[in-house]
Amino acid sequence: MADNNEIRYLTPIAIETKKEKYCRFQKYGIKYIDYKDADYLLRLVNEQGKILPRRITGTSLKYQRKVGQAIKRARHLALMPYVADMLK
Amino acid sequence: MTNRYETVFILTPVLSEDQTKEAVKKFKDLIKKGSGKVHHEESWGMRKLAYPIQKKSSGFYHLFEFESEATFVDKLETEYRRDERVLRFLTVKMDKHHQEFAQRRRNKMAEPKDNASEAADQRPAPRRRKEENVEQRND
Repeated sequence: MADNNEIRYLTPIAIETKKEKYCRFQKYGIKYIDYKDADYLLRLVNEQGKILPRRITGTSLKYQRKVGQAIKRARHLALMPYVADMLK
Repeated sequence: MTNRYETVFILTPVLSEDQTKEAVKKFKDLIKKGSGKVHHEESWGMRKLAYPIQKKSSGFYHLFEFESEATFVDKLETEYRRDERVLRFLTVKMDKHHQEFAQRRRNKMAEPKDNASEAADQRPAPRRRKEENVEQRND
């Protein structure tokens, strides 16, 4: 009877394997994050222009602080928006 | 003790070319006079602002990299505040990584000038495509 209850799949179901997150700045040896390069900073921001959290980007704490500082400087100089919609 | 600083300021777009040059020269002279040494100068020209400042939607960006006493930064910034032509300014002390980065950036800019202008031409393309899509949807 136990055999009948068993669920069988024709193709093996995709089990979500956790992708190892890494800090892109540590991996590529980027020591300084430039506030003048708005195109690059756009990657670290969501479509409303908010800074993406560490849990999503995987940035280490040391570099997340630098990311925050660079983005805030860029916003001050109107290179990036403080508030936006449909940025991407 | 001197430090390395980087300063960027935005001038109003209403100025004529000569007036802009004069304003830039004023600040350059100020830095030179204030025991400062200008290491690098960069003009980004007229740029669109990400959000309006004083009801202006564009501005003239200019960058200086200089070396001076820490007390001079205060003087420079009061001068920025007094000047009505300056929309925004930012002065940053450069740490060693920043200095290294600036050096590399300068070297890169000195070499492939043609590539940089090409990249600038290509940039607005995807945005235009998006607008077209919107139009099609409306039809």
